[in-house]
Amino acid sequence: MISLTIDITLRQDAFTLDVSESASVEVLGLFGPSGSGKTSLLEAVAGLRHPDRGAIKVGDRDLYSSTLQINLPSRERRIGYVPQDALLFPHLDVKANILYGTSGHLGTAKALAYAETVDLLELGSLVARRVQKLSGGEKQRVAIARALMIRPALLLLDEPLAGVDRERRDRILPYLMRIRKQLHVPLVYVTHDADELTAIADRVLKLEAGRVVASGPPSAMWPAATR
Amino acid sequence: MTAETWAIARFTVLMALTATFLVLPPAIATGWVLARKSFAGKALFETIVSLPLVLPPVASGLVLLWLFGRRGPLGRALDAVGIEVVFTWKAVVIAMMVISFPLVARSVRAGIEQVDQRFEGIAATLGAGWFQILTTITLPLASRGIIAGAILGFSRALGEFGATIMVAGAIPGRTQTLAVGIYTLVETGREELAWGLVAISALLAFGAIYVSNRIAGSRGTP
Repeated sequence: MISLTIDITLRQDAFTLDVSESASVEVLGLFGPSGSGKTSLLEAVAGLRHPDRGAIKVGDRDLYSSTLQINLPSRERRIGYVPQDALLFPHLDVKANILYGTSGHLGTAKALAYAETVDLLELGSLVARRVQKLSGGEKQRVAIARALMIRPALLLLDEPLAGVDRERRDRILPYLMRIRKQLHVPLVYVTHDADELTAIADRVLKLEAGRVVASGPPSAMWPAATR
Repeated sequence: MTAETWAIARFTVLMALTATFLVLPPAIATGWVLARKSFAGKALFETIVSLPLVLPPVASGLVLLWLFGRRGPLGRALDAVGIEVVFTWKAVVIAMMVISFPLVARSVRAGIEQVDQRFEGIAATLGAGWFQILTTITLPLASRGIIAGAILGFSRALGEFGATIMVAGAIPGRTQTLAVGIYTLVETGREELAWGLVAISALLAFGAIYVSNRIAGSRGTP
C-alpha cells in the first residue's frame, strides 16, 4: 500500500489535464479512451512533463508541488516508467538495458538484484539478445525489469499488454501480479481494457478528455465483470 | 609522382586528421546545444556558428591572421609562452578546423535531432544525469550523424585553400597542403607536378565520399 496524491493541472496546446485524486493503493488503474490524458498523467508523475500547478506526492515524498516550489528532476524521483512502446535502448543488448539504471551501484548488490529480476520475469534466455530480436511481450518484460532495477517507489505501466495477443497477455499478467505480491512495488496501470483492471487493480480512475469522470474499486465500476 | 608530391599529400592528410580530431569535441558540444537547448540569442549563436560556411575562406583566414598574429589578442598570449602559430603547421590545422567546424556541427546537430528524446527521458527516470545521458544514449544513437560530420569535415579540411594560404602561407615542406601546392606549382610553371597532386586529391575525395555513402546507406542500429 502506498498513499498517492495526484492533484495537477497540465495544459498542452488545446488539451488540459485536470486531475485531483488522493488514495492509498497497491495497484491504481487508469482507464479511458485514447487521448484522455492517461499517458500525460504518467509522464507528469515520472517528471517528464511539468504540470502548470498542483502537487504530486508518493508516500511521504513530495515529487512536485507548485505551492512548496518543489519539482524533483526525473532522476531523483525513483519512479519506474514503462512506456507503451517499451522504448528499450536500441544500441544496447537486453542485459545492458536491464542494468542501465544501476551504473552507480555496488557489484554484489547489483548482481543479486539483477539475478532476482531476471528470474522474476523469466528473462534468462533473452539477456544476450539484441532488443530488435524481441517480440512485443518480451520487450515489455525487459522494460519492466529495467525499471524494477532502480527499486522504484512506484512503477508506472502504460498499456503493457496493448501490443500483445490474448494468449501472451494471460502469460504476462501473472508477472505483474508477482511484482505486486513479491516485491511490494505499487503500480499505476494504464489501459483501455476493463478486464485487465478487474484482474489487477484495487482502485480505478476513469479519465475522459483530461478529467476524472468516475473513480472507485473495479467491482463498483464494472459490477457485471467482477468474478 | 615525385617524393615531393607524396610528402605534400602525407602532410595534408595528417593535418586534416588532426584538425578533424580536434574539431569534434567543440562541434559535438555545439551540435548538442543547438539540437537540445533553447535560450535567448540562439538564432544569433546559430548564425555565428555557420559564418565560416558562407564567409569567403580568405576572409576567415585574415581574421585568423589577426587573431594569431604577434600583435593579435591570441597571438600575443601564445607568444608569451613561446608558441608560434602563424606560418607553421599549427596554423594549417587551425585554418582547417575553423572552415570545417560549421559542417561538422551541423551534421552532429542533425544526428542528435533524429534521436527520440523519449529515450533520454527514460534514461533520466533510471537515474542518469545529463552527462551520462549524453554519453550513453544521445551520442551513441546519433553516431551516424557524428561520423558523417567527421568525414565531411575531413574532406573539407583536405581541400582547404583560402584560409590556409592567409594564415599559414605556402612554405614548401612546412605548411604546403594539396590545395595550396596545386596553386603554387602552377604559379611557378610546374604544372605537370600539380597534376600529380590533383590525382591524389581526387583519390582522397573519392575515398571519403565512398565511405560516407557506405555509412549513410547501412541500415539497422549503429
